[in-house]
Amino acid sequence: MAVMTVAKAINEGLRAALENNPKTLLMGEDIGELGGVYRITEGLKRDFGADRVVDTPLGESGIIGTAIGLALRGYRPVCEIQFDGFVFPAFNQITTQLAKLRTRSDGMLGAPVVIRIPYGGGIGSVEHHSESPEALFAHTAGLRIITPSNPQDAYWMVQQAIDCQDPVIVFEPKRRYWLKGEVDTVNAPPSPFTAQVLREGSDATVVAYGPLVPVALAAAEAAQPDGHSVEVIDLRSISPIDFDTVTASVAKTGRLVVAHEAPTFGGIGGEIAARISERAFLSLEAPVIRVGGFHMPYPVARTEEHYLPDIDRILEALERAFAY
Amino acid sequence: MSGTRLPAAEFESEEIALASAPPGPDGGPGMVQFLDPDGRLNDHPEFGGFSSGTGAERLKALYRDMYLIRRFDQEATALQRQGQLALWVPLTGQEAAQIGSGRALQAQDYVFPTYREHGVALTRGVRLSEMLRLFRGITNGGWDPRETNFHLYTLVLAAQALHAVGYAMGLQRDQAADPTLAPAASVAYFGDGASSEGDVHEAMVFAASFNAPVVFFCQNNHWAISVPSSVQTRVPLAQRAEGYGFPGIRVDGNDVVAVEAVTNWALEHARSGKGPVLIEAFTYRMSAHTTADDPTKYRLSREEEDWHPRDPLARLEKHLRTTGKAGDAFFEELVGEAKAMAVELRRDVQAMQPPGLEERFNTVYAEPHPLVQEELQAWRDYEAGFIGEEETS
Repeated sequence: MAVMTVAKAINEGLRAALENNPKTLLMGEDIGELGGVYRITEGLKRDFGADRVVDTPLGESGIIGTAIGLALRGYRPVCEIQFDGFVFPAFNQITTQLAKLRTRSDGMLGAPVVIRIPYGGGIGSVEHHSESPEALFAHTAGLRIITPSNPQDAYWMVQQAIDCQDPVIVFEPKRRYWLKGEVDTVNAPPSPFTAQVLREGSDATVVAYGPLVPVALAAAEAAQPDGHSVEVIDLRSISPIDFDTVTASVAKTGRLVVAHEAPTFGGIGGEIAARISERAFLSLEAPVIRVGGFHMPYPVARTEEHYLPDIDRILEALERAFAY
Repeated sequence: MSGTRLPAAEFESEEIALASAPPGPDGGPGMVQFLDPDGRLNDHPEFGGFSSGTGAERLKALYRDMYLIRRFDQEATALQRQGQLALWVPLTGQEAAQIGSGRALQAQDYVFPTYREHGVALTRGVRLSEMLRLFRGITNGGWDPRETNFHLYTLVLAAQALHAVGYAMGLQRDQAADPTLAPAASVAYFGDGASSEGDVHEAMVFAASFNAPVVFFCQNNHWAISVPSSVQTRVPLAQRAEGYGFPGIRVDGNDVVAVEAVTNWALEHARSGKGPVLIEAFTYRMSAHTTADDPTKYRLSREEEDWHPRDPLARLEKHLRTTGKAGDAFFEELVGEAKAMAVELRRDVQAMQPPGLEERFNTVYAEPHPLVQEELQAWRDYEAGFIGEEETS
């Protein structure tokens, strides 16, 4: 097994997809010579040519709109959106066109387009470069949304997304691009649309995804000396959500904290809280508690360490859960 | 510095005045026309060679298409008035633009329409009744685009322009991989209203950058619901192509012969690898935007009267009659054929049954989706609770 960063794992995953299927092509701004602003596509244009690693004009709607046309012609376009906050010019194409093509054609047509979006904060960047807009897309039926938290998932999820017959958005935790880990390039992990229990525990469950998975694991570790056994679930898929795995965990632990960088209002944590209250009401010892961003546009970089959920914020939520 | 012009001089006042004026029928001197409103057929020095012919049989076939689609339009409007359709989007006035461009297409070309391209659909072989399924509220599609290379209607206008460019980029790659494939192009239909949408701009930028084999076919029918084309543009729309670096042509959109010839030229240009073309078909929406619209609130009947002499069917009929290419027998036969078509259409529409909601659950995703499955099961259980209640209530 090779050790590589999340960034390298996605690069290798894309390389494998380009090698395995001649219909796969990458599209995006600056993804060719430059290799993308995060160098995720580094070297791919050199090896696969400009027709398969396409530097597009600067236009996100244009990227997704033309990708839909290419998919209708049998191609498997993988679009890179440069930063989370820049996806909105393409919001119309994604939500009114891409998400609905299958249903409006009564199941006859599909557009298996993959959209990669680096997301989340913690990199000290400027406005529109640190957002977590996943809930806006999760609300749209017809899309699938996944997010890797480690190199192994990063390598496989992008390939599984390309193989999927439905449109898939892969939210890539940009502050974890340099996180290293082992990658098994032979054995694929479970379906990308399932959650994974990363750490077993008996007293409380913390659900996290993407950039907050390492934070949740560290919080669970920190709770251990106080005698709290905390289970940690990497959600992996934001749409659909693997409620079976979460429900089974809560049935065992009785307490649930959901952590994400996105604002809590109208977010994924609220959805999980509602579903779990329906599915496991009698197992709950405490209300489901959310840890997330505040109801404000992503704040300026010099304040983000106070905005982003960290170990202490998750521990504080756990304490509140244990207090019931 | 010789040759430097101030920006204001780029488009001289005549053109701006023409584009900004209330929608009149004068398309200006640069507009390509073969058949004038009096039915006189003239040759055109540039595009004459691209017409598929002006013999009796060819022109009668084009007239037949236009006549049938107008009759279809009237029947659909009537069906809406009778509550059989939720809405109808009339095309009356735009028959020449649609039939002319549609008949220039070859089987391997692929069309991305708006929601008004009923005439193009006819030329592609879409069953006319299938087009009404969307407007009856039983589907959001209606036909299988793979059978006719006529894509589903797009209601969020301009989105389809990008799909056409992407499809053309796919055609490019397919042809590079297999040179034995028949050269093909895609066509993006849109109107003067949608020309203001950002997606049309991005589509033209992408098409130019990749030299995509796409024809942008803009029907300037002069009204975006209630807003005249002068609010969308101050230069003739065809002129915008120059800014993107590909040819733009204004054609008399009420002249089926000219539209067919110009579209033939444009498709050939695109198919042969020379890149995109913009065609502006200068036409007029003689009817309402939809059956929910009321043009008397925003335009003068005088304006409609000004356009009336340019009716695309009337001018071809004049030509056919005065040249002896067709007489009463042809026109009477067509009336009968159209009537039979309308009867069949009415029967088909009335027989269309609404689908069950279960079908909608099953078309959201291609692969199994636990939330959809769970909600479907819950809905089935809920519905099952009502079984037997109808008899007792």
